[in-house]
Amino acid sequence: MSTTISNPKISDRKFDRRSFLKAGVATAGGLFIGFHLPESNKLEAAPTSAAKLNAFIHIGSDDVVTFTIHKSEMGQGPLTSVSQLLAEELDCDWKQIRTEFAPVDPAYGPLQGTFGSMTIRTCWDPLRKAGASARDMLLDAAAQKWGVAKSQLRTENGQVINTATNAKLSYGSLADAAGKLPVPAKVAVKDPKDFRLIGTSPKRLDTLGKVNGSTGFGIDARRPGMVYAVLARCPVFGGKVASFDATKAKAVPGVKDVVQISRGVAVIADNTWSAMEGRKALQVQFDEGKNANLNSAGIREQFAKLAEKPGAVARNDGDANAALANGAKKLEAVYEAPYLSHAPMEPMNCTADVRADSAEVWASTQIQTAAMGMTAKITGLSPDKIQIHTMFLGGGFGRRGGDDFIGEAVEISKAIGKPVKLTWSREDDMQHDLYRPASYTKFSGALDKDGWPVAWTTRVVCPAFGGMRDGVARTAVEGIHDMEYAIPNLHVDYHPPDVDIPVTYWRSVGFSQNTFFVEGFLDELAVAGGKDPFEFRRHLLAKSPRLLGALELAAAKADWGKPLPAGHGRGIALSNNIGSFTAQVAEVSVEQRQLRVHRVVCAVDCGHVINPALVEQQIQSGIAYGLSAAMKGAITIDRGRVVQGNFNHYDVLRINEMPVVEVHIVPSQAAPGGIGEASTPSIIPAVANAIFAATGKRLRKLPILSEDLA
Amino acid sequence: MAVTFTLNGKPQTVDVSPQMPLLWVLRDSLGMTGTKFGCGMALCGACTVHINGQPIRSCVTPISSVGGKSITTIEGLSPDNSHPVQRAWIEVDVPQCGYCQSGQIMTAAGLLKKTAHPTDADIDEAMHGNICRCGTYQAIRHAVHLAAQYQAAAEHKGTVAANTEAHAVEGGAQ
Repeated sequence: MSTTISNPKISDRKFDRRSFLKAGVATAGGLFIGFHLPESNKLEAAPTSAAKLNAFIHIGSDDVVTFTIHKSEMGQGPLTSVSQLLAEELDCDWKQIRTEFAPVDPAYGPLQGTFGSMTIRTCWDPLRKAGASARDMLLDAAAQKWGVAKSQLRTENGQVINTATNAKLSYGSLADAAGKLPVPAKVAVKDPKDFRLIGTSPKRLDTLGKVNGSTGFGIDARRPGMVYAVLARCPVFGGKVASFDATKAKAVPGVKDVVQISRGVAVIADNTWSAMEGRKALQVQFDEGKNANLNSAGIREQFAKLAEKPGAVARNDGDANAALANGAKKLEAVYEAPYLSHAPMEPMNCTADVRADSAEVWASTQIQTAAMGMTAKITGLSPDKIQIHTMFLGGGFGRRGGDDFIGEAVEISKAIGKPVKLTWSREDDMQHDLYRPASYTKFSGALDKDGWPVAWTTRVVCPAFGGMRDGVARTAVEGIHDMEYAIPNLHVDYHPPDVDIPVTYWRSVGFSQNTFFVEGFLDELAVAGGKDPFEFRRHLLAKSPRLLGALELAAAKADWGKPLPAGHGRGIALSNNIGSFTAQVAEVSVEQRQLRVHRVVCAVDCGHVINPALVEQQIQSGIAYGLSAAMKGAITIDRGRVVQGNFNHYDVLRINEMPVVEVHIVPSQAAPGGIGEASTPSIIPAVANAIFAATGKRLRKLPILSEDLA
Repeated sequence: MAVTFTLNGKPQTVDVSPQMPLLWVLRDSLGMTGTKFGCGMALCGACTVHINGQPIRSCVTPISSVGGKSITTIEGLSPDNSHPVQRAWIEVDVPQCGYCQSGQIMTAAGLLKKTAHPTDADIDEAMHGNICRCGTYQAIRHAVHLAAQYQAAAEHKGTVAANTEAHAVEGGAQ
């Protein structure tokens, strides 16, 4: 039997909170186990600090094992990797696995969602225990059935085997009995040397549907009697609808209705295109509000002015000012990064069906708890009357942690009393994103007479989100205030500018710009001190073994130091984010102002690896995402609105620009780190530093465009 | 306006506004959601389908222009995931989020129809209009080369089978 994947159709089983806390026989028969999993409090989650997780295992009498996955599949592979954790300990037949996405339930924790590259980090222990616990109950059931000691039984590939008689019972035949047994208070998990699945690369469980068009993304949801909507929003941030005239919109064939909701005027039609045509014909007057004159030049001016005076202190080691004054050589530089859009391939969308006494939502969402909260707020229904159906995500990158698109669809459905699919055009998606914030960051540094750094200061000006602590937004300073380079006198401070542009998490968050800044300025210090950039880093990371390990592996595999053709250069950079340690060497050439990234060697220490192929995929993916930011992306503001609207003005990396990427995993038995955001930060400075090596031109502002290479 | 065309080998008639893009006819009118909306301006390739065997962007193709033509979508590429491109995509495990992959596969299938053994430069030329934000480009390149091998092997087998059949017929005639 081949592996089959259920579409993201949520089963009809209804759960109450208690059903998660104890095992029980599911109504359809079979072992249905819920686990209340311990809270992970060591990892700082975004936007709150901890996620409580749950996992389920359902074993049918037909031997089919269904894993209910409480993480969103946006390409990073949790359907497969989370299943590996469960299946490893359950000892089930990998070919008999099905997966489905979890419903929303408070028992999953205060923030059910997928963000911060935390899936494997937070599932590693509890989900292996969940698998082991289910296996233990199946063993108990078999021991009772045979009337033998549990110690003479073993499990293999979905069967319990009596080692004395070689008799076998399938999990399916034991599931009913096992479901009536108590959940063991304590279970042991396997010694890693006994792993059969963890550390291997079985095929992804979600590939088939993605090569024949049958996978159900959010935008593919369809309901009986469903209508289609688009929304006219004020193009200026913070503006609102003043008045509108729907006459012309309603005259467009296919348009059925026009309704105002809190965020704009919705045009409802019998297909998406008619709704879009209706919106073109709609006449809306907006009150553009106080941001009507906001523009990128003014924003930058505000940032630069703030950078002139001291801000809230994020880190202070030694006496940086004194060391700067006394240093043998002093450097100063300003680094800048623009606002960025996430631009996932699937534009924002949501399907909602709000009825008098219940509501359902189909969405590609990264945070189910937020989707539930928004739906409950708008409908006034209690969460037990609401179902959130998690669909496959056509990319997330942080954007789908927002609940704005969900709220819009729910409001429209509530207003018209019908199921509705709201689709954002690409322009809607790009111009009403929640952006990666821009940053203006000033550095100074001093070297001693031998060329080693003795002082380092950084002043960060970058919009805040995700909460402030002692005047500092971690999302704005991460990658700087926590850097591991051993510099005795170090000072980092921070200003949150006041700009009315919505901002949020973007793949690798603050590291997405700060690693470019830090690794660029560090490279400048290395060059000023007459040091090789690799050896300089090596020296400063003597007490950071995991970063050092990644750095040395990347340099070795990339032939660091070996001569290159004229016009080519190598750059090196590293990051320590999401619990993983990544170093990259980029090889580039610049010819007639044309930048080409030829080869990238990436070494990563992400702890114990669950699936090496998924690690490699995510490293490649993060590099492609980072290269788009390095070479292309910039959101600019004019008259309070985003200038770019589609891929013609906000281009992204394409296949002809993709370098050869070589991934090397540092062997490690440490607890797993994250992987989805590991390679995005360091690819950007690796490229910029390689451009310096090739051309002598130091680039301190993103994106790096052809005109910057003259 | 009623338009009749062939969709995945079967006759199909729709009665919609003549300017309605094929993409929305497929997705909304016919419920065939394998073809994806990405940009609406032929900039990203997510909506790629074949018209008379040629890859085109369905988001900018008015339905009025497809009358009498033969359209193939991802759903019609093969009944059982057996098209050489699909087999290669499965073998390499190309998709990550997967949203762009229908378009990538349809473009790659069009390339292999025209160029049986594409070089890397041929792949760049044919596929640079298809954006993948997950960055599966390296896997796509690998899979297109593999698909070319699968296609060649299938053709070779087909030729051998045809020859064997011809010999059998000849033998029978003797």
